[in-house]
Order: sequence, then C-alpha cells, then structure tokens
Amino acid sequence: MDTAHARKPGEAGPAIGTRIPRRELSRLLHGAGRYVDDIKLPRMLHLAFVRSPYPHARIKSIDVEEARQCAGVEAVLTGADINHMCKPLHGVALHRPGHRAAMQPLMATERAVWQGQTVAAVVAQSRAQAEDAAELIDIDWDELPAIVNAEMAIDRGNPAIHSELDDNIAFDFSIDNGDVAKAFKDAAVVVEEELRFERQVALTLEPRGLIADFNTGDGSLTVIHSHQSPFQMQEVFSHHFGIAEHKVRVQAPDIGGGFGMKLNLYAEELAVVASSIHLGRPIKFCADRLESFLTDAHARDHNIKARMAVSADGRITAMEVDDVGAVGAYGMQMRFNVAEGMMAITVSGAPYNFDDYKARTRSVYVNKNLVGMYRGVGLPLACIVTELLVDRAAAALKKDPVEFRKQNYRGKSMLPCVTPGGQRLETVSFHECLDKLTELMDYGKLRSEQETFRRKGILRGVGIATFLEQTAYGPPYYGPSGASISTQDGCTLRLEPSGSIRCVTSITDQGQGTLTGIAQVVADTVGVNYEDVGLVSGDSAISPYGGGAWASRGMAIGGEAALKAGRLLKQNILDLASAITQTPAANLDISNGQVINLQTGMQILSLAEVARIGYFRQDTLPPAFDVQLSVSRSFVANSQICYLANGVQGCHVEIDQDTGFIKVLGQWAADDCGRIINPLLVDEQVRGGIAQGIGAVLFEECLYSPEGYLQNGTMVDYLVPMAGDLPDIQVVHVETPEASTELGAKGVGEAGLIGAMGAVWVAVNDALAPLGAKIQHQPFTPERVLDAIARARN
Amino acid sequence: MKASNIGYTRPRSLTQAFEILAENDAAVPLAGGQSLMVALNMRLSAPQLVVDIGELEELSQFSCVGDTVVLGALTRHRQILESELLREKVPLLPKAAAHIAHAGIRNRGTLGGSLAYADPSAELPACAVALGATIVIGSLQGTREIKAETFFKGLFETDLQAGELILGVKIPVIVASTSIAFAELARRQGDFAIAGVTAVATMAQAQIKSAQFVYFGCTDFPRPANRVAAAVMGLKSPLAAGAELDTAVGQDINPSDTAGMRGDTKRHLATVLTRRALDQLFGSEARDV
Ligand SMILES: Cc1cc2nc3c(=O)[nH]c(=O)nc-3n(C[C@H](O)[C@H](O)[C@H](O)COP(=O)(O)OP(=O)(O)OC[C@H]3O[C@@H](n4cnc5c(N)ncnc54)[C@H](O)[C@@H]3O)c2cc1C
Repeated sequence: MDTAHARKPGEAGPAIGTRIPRRELSRLLHGAGRYVDDIKLPRMLHLAFVRSPYPHARIKSIDVEEARQCAGVEAVLTGADINHMCKPLHGVALHRPGHRAAMQPLMATERAVWQGQTVAAVVAQSRAQAEDAAELIDIDWDELPAIVNAEMAIDRGNPAIHSELDDNIAFDFSIDNGDVAKAFKDAAVVVEEELRFERQVALTLEPRGLIADFNTGDGSLTVIHSHQSPFQMQEVFSHHFGIAEHKVRVQAPDIGGGFGMKLNLYAEELAVVASSIHLGRPIKFCADRLESFLTDAHARDHNIKARMAVSADGRITAMEVDDVGAVGAYGMQMRFNVAEGMMAITVSGAPYNFDDYKARTRSVYVNKNLVGMYRGVGLPLACIVTELLVDRAAAALKKDPVEFRKQNYRGKSMLPCVTPGGQRLETVSFHECLDKLTELMDYGKLRSEQETFRRKGILRGVGIATFLEQTAYGPPYYGPSGASISTQDGCTLRLEPSGSIRCVTSITDQGQGTLTGIAQVVADTVGVNYEDVGLVSGDSAISPYGGGAWASRGMAIGGEAALKAGRLLKQNILDLASAITQTPAANLDISNGQVINLQTGMQILSLAEVARIGYFRQDTLPPAFDVQLSVSRSFVANSQICYLANGVQGCHVEIDQDTGFIKVLGQWAADDCGRIINPLLVDEQVRGGIAQGIGAVLFEECLYSPEGYLQNGTMVDYLVPMAGDLPDIQVVHVETPEASTELGAKGVGEAGLIGAMGAVWVAVNDALAPLGAKIQHQPFTPERVLDAIARARN
Repeated sequence: MKASNIGYTRPRSLTQAFEILAENDAAVPLAGGQSLMVALNMRLSAPQLVVDIGELEELSQFSCVGDTVVLGALTRHRQILESELLREKVPLLPKAAAHIAHAGIRNRGTLGGSLAYADPSAELPACAVALGATIVIGSLQGTREIKAETFFKGLFETDLQAGELILGVKIPVIVASTSIAFAELARRQGDFAIAGVTAVATMAQAQIKSAQFVYFGCTDFPRPANRVAAAVMGLKSPLAAGAELDTAVGQDINPSDTAGMRGDTKRHLATVLTRRALDQLFGSEARDV
C-alpha cells in the first residue's frame, strides 16, 4: 500500500511521514551484521551450562572431577564456587504491596526448582568442548513432587516451593468499583467465559547471548549483550557485583529480535559475568535453541473467569474478571511477575462505558520457568476477555456486534475520563477506528457471505476486537517499583565538521526500525536531509542515560528527546551563523542543510561552512562567543503513567469441522498510534505483531507433561506460523496525536499482536456459533476445536 | 547444541563404503543429513564415525526399465517432486513429495535416507509400501532385495543390518486401471504429518476392485491397512455414511498419545482422511484446508 509515497534516497523534503526502510537493512542483508555470536575477543572462552532435568529435585551431590579433566576445559563452576560473588536476585515489586518472591541464587545448589535451572557451568576453549565436558558432570538427584499448575499452587494443602514464603501465592490484588453485585442482579443478560491460555515463548531469531569481559587490570567490566536495555544491565551488574557504575559498560550490538524477552534479568547471564570475574577472561555464552525454550522468559499461562452484565436496551453495565497467572519458580527481578495479571484486570472493559467493575488477579509460583515480559504482556488477555464477552452479549441480544460496540464505546464526547479499572482515556478513537475498519474489511459483505456459507455447512467466522495499548510506561509506574529502571531517554546530537549530524540515542533497536524514525525526527528538526544523519545506539557508556527499548516507547520518548535535542542544536547553529553573518538569528532558518535568510529566502551559508568555522576558525568569531555544536537533551513525562494507543482489528476465518483446522482468510487493522513518523515501519510493526498474535492463538504452546516436564524444545514441535500460514494483512490508520508531547507519537510495537489475538479469538468463536460450540483454550489446536465441537454435539 | 567429537569420512566408492561400515560397528552412513545432522547436533546420537555416502555415483540411479522405475538411494526429494518421468509412471511419488518439508530440505534429503530413518510421519516410506516397492540393500556380503511391506518393522525400525546400505528402490509402473490417492494433515505447510494416508487401488467401472491403504503420522510404522482394504472393496462414489469403514480404520491403526495430541484424535483424523482418499480414488474433488 501507499508505495507511491515512498521516498527515494537523496530526495529532498520532510522525512517525517515518509516511508523510509530501516537504515540497517542493507548492512544486515549483506551479511555484515554483527551479533554477539559474531564477536570474538582475544583470550575469550566459551561457557555451557548443566541444567536441572527435573521440575523439582534435591541435589545430593555434584561430581565435576571427570569434566575438569576434559580437553580444552578451563574451569567447572558450581553455585558453591560463584554464588557468593553476586548478590542474590530478588524479583519483588515494591510498588505492589504484598508482592512476594524468594531470593534466587545464581545457580541452584541444594535444590533445583524448575527444569532448566542452571546447576553448573563449564568454561572451555570452545562451546563444543564445554558441552563434551558438561555431559560428564555427575549429579546425584532426588526428584521431588512438583507444583505444576495454578490449581495446585493455590491449594494450600500443597507444600510451598519456597518454605520462607509459606505458600505459593506471589501476589493477590483486587479492584472493586461501584455496585457490581447489584448490576449483575439487575442485568437483562449476563454472559460469562472461562478461558485458559497456555504458556508461550517469544522465539527471537537470535537467541539470548552475551560476552562478559572482566578486566583484571583496572577492575572494569564490559558486557556485550543481546539485551534491550544496556542501562538497566549496567546498573544490575554494578549492583550485583559491587563494581562502581562508571567501570561497567554494556554494549548491545545488532540484535535479532527482543519482543520484551531480552529485557528480563536472567540469573544465568549473571553467572556468565561471575565466571568472567572469577577467571579474569572474556567469556561468551549464547543460548542454543533448546536452552531458549527452557529458559527464555515464558509468557501467559493464565486462567481467567469473566462475566459481563448488559441491560435490556443493550448497555453494558458491569464486568467482573478473575485472573490467575502461574508465573514460574521465582519473581522476575526488575520486570516482576505481576504485570500480565495487572494489565489484564486494569484494562479489561476499558473501551466500554460502564462503571461497575470488580476484578482480582493472583500470581502464583509453580515449578516452571520464570514468566517475564513479552510483547503485549497482559493487554491481549484484557482484549480477548472483553471482546469475547461483548460478542456473546451482542449475540444474546441479537444485535450486530459492530452496532453493539458503537453503542457502548467511550466516545470522544466522554473524554477525558478514567475507567473503573483506572485507565485515563484522553486521545483514544474507538468509533473512528471501527468505522475505518468495517469499511476496509467490507464488513457487511463478509457477514452476508457468512450466511451463504453457513447454509452450505461451511463454518466461517468474523471477529472484531477493540484494544488499548499502554505504550511508553512512565515514572509513575516504575518509579515506586524499587527497580532502577529509567523511563527517560536521551539524545546527543553533534554537528560534524562536514555539516552532517551524528546522533547518539539511548534508545535501542532490535529490528523495529526505531533508529530510522529517530533519524527522521532529527533530520526535520534540525533542517538537514535524512541521509545526512548518522546514528549510534546501544552503548551504556556513551549516550545520555536512558531506558532502551520496551513498552513500545522508542518513538514516543526517544523521538521526543531527539526533537528537543534537534531544537537546541538548531538554535546553537543559528546563533553561530548569526555571529558569522552578522544577521539576527531570528531572521535565519535551516533547510536542506543550508542556513537561509528568512526575509530573502536565500541560502546564505552551508552547515559545512558553519561547522568549519565553529570547529577550526573560532579565531574569526567574537572573543566571548560560546560555540556549542554538541548538545544533549533528555525527555521524560514525569507524571504520565503511559501513552494510551488504541485500535480495532478484524479477522475472517474458516474452520474445517471434520479436522478442526482453522484457516485465517483475512486480517485487517485500523490503528491509532498518534503521530506517525514512518508509515512503512508502523505498518510493518502492526503486521509483524499480527503474525505473532495469530501464532499465539492458533499455534504456539509450551507443551508440558502432567508432571511438569517441558516436552517441546525445537522449532519442529513449537509451532509458529510461517508466511504460508498467514493471510494478507491490511492496515489503515487514525492519527490522534498524544496531547502531552510535541511530537505526538505514541507507541505501536504491541498493537498488532494485542488486537490480532482478540480478533482471532472472536472470529473462531463466531465461526463455531452455529454448532453451539465455544472454544476457550488457547492455542486453538485441531484437537481443541474438535473437542469443542464434540462437546456441543453431546 | 554442538555435535560431540565424531569422525567423518567420505568413501570414494560403494565398495569402500561397505568396507568402512564393516570395519566400524559404530559407523553411521550420512546421506542428505536432514535427519541425521539434527540428531548429531542435539546429541541424540553420537556415533564414532560418520560415513558420508552423499557423493556416490552408484547410488544416484534414476531410470525406468520396462515396467519398473529404479530410483537410487541418493534420489533427492526435489528430484522426485520435479520428475516428468515419475509424474507419468509413478505419479504418487511427486504428489507425496510436495508435502515433504521445505525447498531447502528437499534439495538435500534423500529417498534412501527417508526409508532408512523410517520416521513414522514420513511420506515416502508409506508410499513405498502402498506402491509395492522393493528395496535393494547392499553390503560387503552382496545384494539382497526386500519388499517394502516387510522392510519396516517398528517405530524407527527397519530390516537394515549393521554394515548394510540401501542402494535403491524398484517401483512397479502404474497401470491404466490404477487410481491413487494421497492425503495428509500437517499443522503448517511442510510440517511432518499428524495423520496421513496413501492409497493405490485397482478400479473397475468406477468401483474399487482391490486397494492398498497405508497410514502414516498416526501409526508406528507403515504397513498395509488390511481391514480398510477389505472394507473399501466394491465401494463406489458417492460414499455412504459407512460406520464399518471407520471401524476398520480403528482396527488397522492404534495411534498412541503424543505431546499435544491424543491417539483418539489422530484416529478420528485418519477416518476423515480415509474418506478424502476415497474421494480422490473416485476422482471427485477433495477439499483442502
Ligand atoms: C525441518 C524439517 C522438516 C522435515 N519435514 C519432513 C516431512 O514433512 N516429511 C518427511 O518425510 N521428511 C521430513 N524431513 C526429513 C527429511 O525428509 C530427511 O531428509 C529424511 O528423513 C532423511 O533423508 P536424509 O537423506 O536427509 O538422511 P540422513 O539425515 O543423512 O540420514 C538419516 C538416517 O538414515 C540413514 N541412511 C541414510 N541413507 C542411507 C542409506 N542409503 N542406507 C542406509 N542408511 C541410510 C542414516 O544413517 C541416518 O540414520 C524434515 C526434515 C527437517 C529438518
């Protein structure tokens, strides 16, 4: 779509709003990318872990002698050797009173509490040698009964995984607004759902990896890390190992996907650092695919019960949500394990105009891998729960689901408002998005076709899902959490002597293209061509302090910082040009890399000339003139909890009722992420998210045995959709700028996934409706579809 | 996931390959590597020596002699998929090969490797049984031939003995009265089948005179489904409801539970596929989802 607007390299004109491809593409496609595993340092060693094969087991003894004798082995380390070097991890969220977590050591010593937890590390000349030796480590295990699901965790008859917590409840939080009981009593229609979401992984193309390089000479630590936030990790390494922060440097090279998963804190990564300190050598660890499935932060694993009350005239009057998330064996330090549940219950129902709301979320510990951040976090759950109930309510009242939504949305005239779940809505656009969407997907035609197909016994379904995306989480959220997570971001701009601009940003990029967008902002703000802006990012030692990439914040926060830095640099350049040309700065502007006289419209000086004088001929300037051609600006919205983006998605599916196979025939999105800096990249964010959302609902599942063993760990048995399994995806936009920033951009990184998950859930259930069948268990495997149909028939 | 330290050798002739295999109990032949390399890298298998037979001319035959098609063990899946000869003489094979994995894997994966590996979900072993193929096996001791239906013995288990190699496969050319069918369900295009069936039938006046049905993906190993063969005898289009047919499927295959799918679901899918295969035999359009 819209290729006519694509901008050719070198073409003059504003960069913002142009479809410019990601700037690193050509480099990556030429095989010239530099990922952690491409980097080799002198004297570098490789590390392989030995992991618990049991969900829960006592370690009676570890015999590492044979492994120590193996060729190429430099060290075999257990928790007894290195745990003391590092402060234990503690994933407690101080902003969530009552949240509890046990202290987590670097490696398990007496007891392993999930399958995959590390027990020993082998450091050798090569990874293959390390793996050879790892096989020879002899551990005497005593398998213990495991808590394998939320039901078991909640049951107080079962032992606590961590005796210091006395039960397995990590967090229990409730919301109760208005008179919910009365609303349900008075309701004409009550609809309810009981939903199950299986565990997922993020599945980045490039697995996690790092090289820890402790310098015994000066006691400094450099970590080259496939991580979304070098700043977070600088603080973490400094804190946990007691190294002064200015001696810790974290560099993120090219990263092949993050999706939030590379934002979490992994004990095993700290163990790599500990090993480097212990041996005084650079040590590389790159997780292989099997390890990624076992220990990359998992996501979802929720059971949700929800109901909705509706009046006879079709008004939603109340909602109730009860969520339980099984979050693994420990708390996830820095990012916690309450976020999915909290988002699920605080955002459920938010697009709809009702006041009576009651909700509860519990996070519970189980003997499974830790749950952490993953694209969308709890927002897809909120979207699915709400939109499924809305569809059921519309059906019960025999109303068209689109009309029913329009009747119940919080419209422009009600804004700003605060939802009973606590969301402050100000610049949302539900009606506008829905109108655009139904036109785009030709909703009326799909419904009439659906009728025709139903008469032929063919099951087609249409799903609409309205969603909110909380983007760019701010200081009111992370500030009180106790985690040193910076929600500000910064930008340094430098006019180069040749008149081009170098930009150093604290924002990082894992493939989204954010850096391209930041360069667009800089180009337009300073007044240079896009091609004349160079970008550096991903180094905790060189950019202004910041957050990095998470919560879809890159453009919203980093873009605003770039805008502010651009303004300042432009002013400084104009002041210098004014001194050079003896023209008042107010009469000057910059365009296409040239200083122009606003009164005559003439180009009077190139930026190269300004820079030449500013850097090399200061002798020609007035003696007191202060040349400042490198500037830094940071930005954060002190009081803003997040920027709420929104949208509506549509999905069209067909179900083969004999086989339970689902085919997605079409997917549409009408998205509002505020001001769009780069429409190409925004569209691709939405499309990529939709692909992941379809994957979540139809394919992705960590398959656990009843005893708590993960049974799939390769890309042959953990299914994600491939190009051939995806429909054509069409994206349109509504642009309601964020009111509190100049740039007006909100985030868009998670929108595609959130809305797609909701729309697919609703569409599949819509398709099954003529059979009286409901599917409530994600992913919708053929077996679950067939079971749902069979249940309805019996 | 790095393979352990294993030896590698590439014999220059078939005889040399036989000699190496005879000398080393712990030697394993390597053909296209699309199954073996995965097993090595995941350390599911750690042979002392890998004997790369991938370049042996003697195993690359591809011809039709009289009414028999002869395919060398090194015939790549891609060759099967694209062969005009096979499309005419044994169309079931290209039809099946379209379901094997993805282009990159089909470029390397071999017929011999697929038969020797005997993955219960693989397409070609099932086709070999349904087509009444003969597998030619060689070793230092000489050459022997075995019918595909007795070659497969269990889950990943065949009649191959230590020191032996599959040399090739002999397949009778399809005759005019023969009708073929191939249907499988895979979660994604190119995935291993969760259930599949292939059938070769002799037709007379649009009626099934005799048929061979072979299931894959939902059985331990490919073998003739004799109850189904008996139940379809004399059937013609359109199919009646026929509970007997479903019962026959249930008698012929007894799929076990696997991670993410119960055996009874697989059995159900097999009955659905059986009907779709019959539709294909009758030449009526099958619905593809
Ligand atoms: C992602 C993926 C998806 C796949 N999907 C499918 C699919 O949908 N359907 C399918 O059928 N297959 C699939 N495969 C497997 C693929 O078809 C393999 O190529 C095939 O199973 C084995 O052939 P190969 O030549 O690669 O054998 P290799 O991997 O080289 O060897 C496999 C085994 O056979 C033995 N062997 C090989 N050749 C001989 C011989 N001539 N004599 C005796 N023993 C021999 C080896 O010692 C080894 O034990 C897939 C593979 C991958 C990686």
